[in-house]
Order: sequence, then structure tokens, then C-alpha cells
Amino acid sequence: MTIFDLLELDFVQTALIAAAVLGLVAGVLGPFIVTRKMAFAVHGTSELAFTGGAAALLLGIGVGYGALAGSIIAAVLLGVLSRRENDRDSVIGAILAFGLGMGILMLALYKGRAANKFGLLTGQIVGVDSTDLSLLVVSSVAVLAVLAFIYRPLFFASVDPDVAISRGVPVRSLSIVFAVLVGVATALSVQVVGALLVLALMITPAAAAMRITASPLRATVLSVVFAEVAAVGGILLSLQPGLPVSALVTAVSFVIYLVCRGIGAVQRRST
Amino acid sequence: MTAISLRGARLSYGDRVLWDGLDLDVEPGEFLAVLGPNGSGKTSLMRVLLGLQPLSSGTVTVAGGNQAIGYIPQQRALDQSMTLRGRDLVGLGLDGYRWGLGLRHRRERRIRVDAAIASVGATRYADEPIGLLSGGEQQRLRVAQALVGDPAVMLCDEPLLSLDLANQRVVSELIDKRRREANTAVLFVTHELNPVLPLVDRVLYLVGGRFRVGTPDEVMNSRTLSELYRTPVEVVRVRDQILVVGAGACEEQTHHLATEAAS
Repeated sequence: MTIFDLLELDFVQTALIAAAVLGLVAGVLGPFIVTRKMAFAVHGTSELAFTGGAAALLLGIGVGYGALAGSIIAAVLLGVLSRRENDRDSVIGAILAFGLGMGILMLALYKGRAANKFGLLTGQIVGVDSTDLSLLVVSSVAVLAVLAFIYRPLFFASVDPDVAISRGVPVRSLSIVFAVLVGVATALSVQVVGALLVLALMITPAAAAMRITASPLRATVLSVVFAEVAAVGGILLSLQPGLPVSALVTAVSFVIYLVCRGIGAVQRRST
Repeated sequence: MTAISLRGARLSYGDRVLWDGLDLDVEPGEFLAVLGPNGSGKTSLMRVLLGLQPLSSGTVTVAGGNQAIGYIPQQRALDQSMTLRGRDLVGLGLDGYRWGLGLRHRRERRIRVDAAIASVGATRYADEPIGLLSGGEQQRLRVAQALVGDPAVMLCDEPLLSLDLANQRVVSELIDKRRREANTAVLFVTHELNPVLPLVDRVLYLVGGRFRVGTPDEVMNSRTLSELYRTPVEVVRVRDQILVVGAGACEEQTHHLATEAAS
């Protein structure tokens, strides 16, 4: 089959729509995640999404719902337990390891298809069906709507917490709300690139964008563009040779990152 | 109307009393310096005024509440790769506390932000990454960030710390200019009085649960400080500087509201 034949297929179109929606959400959240130094928290959350997905598989409910539940619980736990920034790393490490272990246990108990198991860790976007897609779209719209509402105070709290506190911004509550938004987005990404590779969509595009501009608005726009190119481009590239989607998504994402680092280094030298 | 008013204010953590029976009125346009050694409750006073720390007893009022406060923190090293320009920092001072994306009134917003940046002479570097600016440039932008919200009260928390003398002068004069032009009350926490001595109307000196309020001459003399420290302290005037000998060094301190609020 040529790539054009492949694009006619329903499941391919569903996968592309899912990737495009995810690229948007991940791209918009990314600069906040990078500014708030939450890369490890995202990774930890995605492992718990895996645990939730594994539990759902075992119980015979939708994996998407399980992943969503797992990562929201993780986000709230991280928000509540790591009240000090200094604690955060160790709290995440402890929760992540336990969650991953539980997930492996549940997969071992699961008697169904092995492909389902592997998909949680490394992604199976071509397995996204129309119910998954509607869950994904509804969740994404909800995340973007909440983010739009808290955008300015969240930005204030992220880049300048002391002054934000002085102006009455509820810095602590915002960080928990944001952790939940990240949790939802993570759970959605897990279905596309898998728990192990969520960072390729949530961190790398934003980190790349922030290398080449100091304008927060421009960084967000570029982050969305990069995330879209990685997510949608990764799927398109994977179709013809039949390679794993997640491998190509992460590869595209990383190439963009390297190019931006290069551009950033040149910009800095010239100023 | 009084800008800041404390009545019978007491702050204690368990048995440790930071201050008690503190009556203080800061009038519009007044410049009050808050001095004292580490742990005397300067930062806690700031936190009380910002509404982050409830008083153990007594009352506190700040005219206009948090949204009429211009807060200037101490300068500290910012991440060089931070995706933020001076312009963005100042803009947050204008409406960063409001909900939503802030897509409306962008023209008017830009005019106000530009004016605040120009008023501190930071136009040249306002669009550069803030992490690449010098400490003095960052603190000028901090002043602009506080001014742009048109504050009734400015709370300055060691804003001159780690600046060189020339920049200390620039930043303190910008703060002084604002209070003269707009009648803004200034509460200025510092461990070093001399850089702002010509600007100061009154001093609040805190030591180990005791305090004294008055003009620099009333407070900064050997007799008063010896009483406060309960040990012989010599205060010497050399030209237009005040030297305090024997009170123990008021060593440099660093603190962040955010980390304290989280603890």
C-alpha cells in the first residue's frame, strides 16, 4: 500500500486527529512545565497513568479511563505531598517506583493479549478507537478551557512567585490545579506515545522553543508547532515502513530540539 | 487616610515573641525604614502586611489591600535561559493577578507598560531575556513592575541587596521619586540604612522582641540602640553616614516569600 492508501484508512485518520489534539495540549502546557521544572513530575505522572491503565485492563474497563484516573491521583498526590520544592524529587521518585511496580504486577495477572500490555508503555495510537477519541477531545477541551481561565495568574506564579504572592495570587492552589491539568494531558499522551515516552511531547517541544526565544507568547506558539510536527509527523513517517509510532515521534521531537539548541547557541554568541 | 496601620500588633511563634504592642502608622508619602538583626521579625512584618501571616493579636490594615501594594523583592540570580523579558515582568505587575488570558485592552496595556519601563530608564533592554541582565538592570525593572500597578503602598524587601553603590543609588532614588510624585507610602526593609538615609523619614528598629519607632536621629543614637540591644552600642556619625559599633553584624540574609509560604 502507498502512503495515500494508508491515509484513507479510518484508524489512521483517527490516529492523526488524536495526535493533532495532543500536540496542541502538550504544546500549550509545555512551556509552563519547563518553567516550573516539572519534567520529572510529568514522568512520574505518566508512570502512574501506566499503573492506572494496567489496573483498568485487569478489571476490564477502558484503558483510557484507567490512565486518566491513575495520573490524576498521581498529580494530586504529588501536589499535596511535595509542599516544598526541595522534597519534590524524592516524593516523585518514591511514588513512581511503587506505581510502576504495581503496574507490572497487574500486567502479570492480566491474561489478555500481550500487545495491550506493551502498548501502555510504548504507545499504540493506531489502537485508538472512536470512543477513545471522544474522551481525548473532551478532556483536551476541558484542559485548555481551565488553562485559559488561570493563564495569567499561573504564568505570574510560575515565573515570579514572590511578587505573585504579594499581589494575592493563590500560588499554592494554582500549582495543584496545574498538576491536575498536566495529569490529564499526560494520561492522554500515554495512549499515543506510551508512558515511557510522554516527555517527547510534553517537554521536548517546549524546551526547544524556549531555546530560541525569550518571548513567552512566541515560545508557546513555537512549542505547539513543534509538538504538532513531532506527533503528526511521527505518525506519517511511521506508516509506510511500519515502524513504531513512538520511536518516530521521539526522533522528530529530538531532532527539533537539537536544531533549536544550535540556533540558540548562535543567537547568544551574536548578542 | 493612613496607608499602613498596625494597632497592638503581636506576632509570636510558640513562646518566641517577635514583637508585641506594635503601634505603627505610615502616612501616604512617608518613607519608613525597617531595621534590625536577623530573626528580629522584619520579614515576618512584611508577610503580615502582605496578608500571608496572621497576627497573634492586634490589627493590621493596608490601604487598598494586596492589589494596591507594589512589592519589590531583593535581587537574586535568575535562570539565564528563562523565557521572560523585562517587558513581561513589568506586565505581570499590571494585571498578572487577574484571571483569564488578558486578550482585551492590549493597546492600553502596552502603553502603560512602556511608560513604566521608560520611567525607570529601562527601555533599551526591556526586550532582552531577563536572565542576561545585570542585577541593577533587573532591579530597575522590579521598580517598574511595582509602579505599573499604581500602588498606594510600596513594600520593599531588601531591594538594594547585592547591588553596587551606583545601582543602589539609582534604585533607591527611583523609589523615592515615586513616593514624592504619587504620595505613595514606602516601607523599606533593609539591614543597611546608609544607602537610603537621606530619604528616610522614620525608622522602625526591631531587636529581640523590642522595637523603637522615630526619626533617624531619635533612633540611631548610642543610648537608644544600647537600650534596644541591652548591651553597650556606640553610634558614630561620619560625614553623612551612620556607623553602629558593637551591635553584632547585621549580616546579609536571603529569604523568599514563596519558600516560606510553602513551609
